[in-house]
Amino acid sequence: MKKFITLMIGNPKKIFTPFNIVTGLMIGVGVGIIVLRLLKGLGAVTNLSQTTPWGLWIGFDVLCGVAMAAGGYSIAATVHLFGLKEYQPLVRPAILTGFLGYVLVVIGLVLDLGQPWRMPFIMLFPRGVTSVLFEVGMCVAAYTTVQALEFVPAFWEWLGMEKVRQLWGKMAIWLAAIGVVLSTLHQSSLGALFLMAPTKLHPLWYSTYLPLYFFVSSIIAGLSMVIVESSISHRLFAYRLTPGTHFDLDDLTLGLGKAAAAVLYVYFFLKLIGLAEGNHWDLLNTPYGHLYLLEIIGFVALPCMLYTLGVRTGNVQLVRTTGLWTVLGVVFNRFNVSMIAMNWQRSPHYVPSWMEVAVSVALVTMGIWAFRWMVNRLPILSEDKPAVGTNTLKALWELDKAA
Amino acid sequence: MNETIMKSENKSENAGNCSRRSFLKLIGLGGGAIALAGSQLAQAATAAASTGIPNGVLVDTTLCVGCRSCEEACNKVNHLPKPDKPFDDDSVLDNPRDTSPDAFTVVNRYSAGKGEPITRKQQCMHCLEPACSSACIIKALEKQPMGPVTYRDDLCLGCRYCMVSCPFDVPKFEYSKAAPLMKKCTFCFARQKQGSMPACVEACPVGALKFGPRSEILDEAKQRIYTNPSNYVHHVYGEHEAGGTSWLYLASVPFENLGLPTLTTVPYPELTAGAMSTVPVVMLVWPALLMGLHHFSHRKSEVQEEERSRHNVSRRGDRR
Repeated sequence: MKKFITLMIGNPKKIFTPFNIVTGLMIGVGVGIIVLRLLKGLGAVTNLSQTTPWGLWIGFDVLCGVAMAAGGYSIAATVHLFGLKEYQPLVRPAILTGFLGYVLVVIGLVLDLGQPWRMPFIMLFPRGVTSVLFEVGMCVAAYTTVQALEFVPAFWEWLGMEKVRQLWGKMAIWLAAIGVVLSTLHQSSLGALFLMAPTKLHPLWYSTYLPLYFFVSSIIAGLSMVIVESSISHRLFAYRLTPGTHFDLDDLTLGLGKAAAAVLYVYFFLKLIGLAEGNHWDLLNTPYGHLYLLEIIGFVALPCMLYTLGVRTGNVQLVRTTGLWTVLGVVFNRFNVSMIAMNWQRSPHYVPSWMEVAVSVALVTMGIWAFRWMVNRLPILSEDKPAVGTNTLKALWELDKAA
Repeated sequence: MNETIMKSENKSENAGNCSRRSFLKLIGLGGGAIALAGSQLAQAATAAASTGIPNGVLVDTTLCVGCRSCEEACNKVNHLPKPDKPFDDDSVLDNPRDTSPDAFTVVNRYSAGKGEPITRKQQCMHCLEPACSSACIIKALEKQPMGPVTYRDDLCLGCRYCMVSCPFDVPKFEYSKAAPLMKKCTFCFARQKQGSMPACVEACPVGALKFGPRSEILDEAKQRIYTNPSNYVHHVYGEHEAGGTSWLYLASVPFENLGLPTLTTVPYPELTAGAMSTVPVVMLVWPALLMGLHHFSHRKSEVQEEERSRHNVSRRGDRR
């Protein structure tokens, strides 16, 4: 029993680290606010209003969460469909990040619903077939399931169920293909949501290309997120890498940077086409215009150039820093579309309450905890086959003691 | 772009006469056709049985005196809580108000240039092709053939996408409740079904509100402009806005001065129809394309593998 507890929570002596205490407090505060929200309603904790029905929980938890979790389908497609097998070591952490991201998106979405307990109605009474949100809901539900299926082989290995795992391996290609289909649909549909607000969203951001923008930028966010996530987890969890099978992460990082630079290049010109089609050049020299320019120059054109520079000169550190910058850029874009440039003519403008921020922070922190818990136990960073023998639990117990 | 506008204009022009025309057409056709288009006939027949065609209300803001009788009637008929200030307290008009979960209609006063200030009643416009209904994740909002856009509170999840979509900001949400619902003007659907007019129209003491079949009140609106051209802006707000609305407005000043948004004639459901129509395309084309790509890359690595082994064999042969 004692062994089991240690296995579940790690070395008891290492529980009360400063990191755990601070993040634990953040989660505690967030959970408290969630309880308050369920008891007293959305008005008690959010700054939402009759004219600003969507705020941070949609703008960050849902829009950014889904975009940043796009690494799952991007890398799965790269390896299983495009046949670039050298990226295999990045598949599992990317899918785990994606899966956890989607679980948090679902939690954020449910909390934002007025009546969360009616969530099953979407499936029980599928009536809203003309609704973009209905499509998003169905795709997110289906894709979260697909990601769970993509991820379970790690469990089979952990439990030493080799035959089941091999059976599962044959599904990988199909799961990757379904993942790409579902992701194409709902990543773009998140942009299509805002097509319904032509009078409310600032003309520089409102474009018939919104679905395309959201889809293309999700690839950018996904690739950049994999760059950031792999560089962090390979440093923090180096002891989880299977000895002797160490691959060259720097090479892979440069490869990902190259791909991200290419997609950013395409995205930049798509944005220019949208700008020309919208024909609102006069609005560029207004405060909102400056914000728009900051977005497409500072967070699209600049990272595109920095990625290119980093790849050309083999500067891995530059590629990693640019990865972080690019992720922030996609977050900035989602914030602009859903909050900052939304209801731009209306004052006072929506600013999230501290409690909304605290819940979003708590959700991200929970994701980090779950990621750490799984990476420390399951074969995520280690090789794609039983790494510690048949008696996995015992071996892990030894490993935990050693660490 | 021009084409789309023209198309949608044609559509809305036809909308008023549509059910009557199709009804007559169906009567004229033989029994076989009736069997074929049975459901359509049934629909047309129900519409004919109630009032024949969709209803609407004409709001003539040049006649409105800002007495707020409509607000009071609405409050009573919908059993809403009594407001802080009584309905005959004119000081309420000093500050602009919005509709709320407790007030489905409000009258606001606008100082529109020279002349007397103008008062305008606002409420749900009951669009002919409602944005809210097409956006609703569970179709709790539905356009009734009789005109009203109705709401099913037993289905609503509270996602508030209707509020994001509505160009008039009509749907209002009960933020302070633990089990909140959306609230808005019902166009007194229950009363209409019993053959009476909406409570607000009935209560208006000066005839600023006129209820009737939409096509008739639209004719009436144009008639008023025609007979009194100097008194009106030559535009019926709601005839084509967002594809047309059941509630129509007349005014002596531009409508944007009375807080009505400037909208195109494009019906809102069309804004996302294009994106939604790509769903089956993606579902059909993507898997084929991706699996093709997979087999291509798989075959490529197979060939590479074969060549490598053949190379090794020949090298071994050389050594012998």
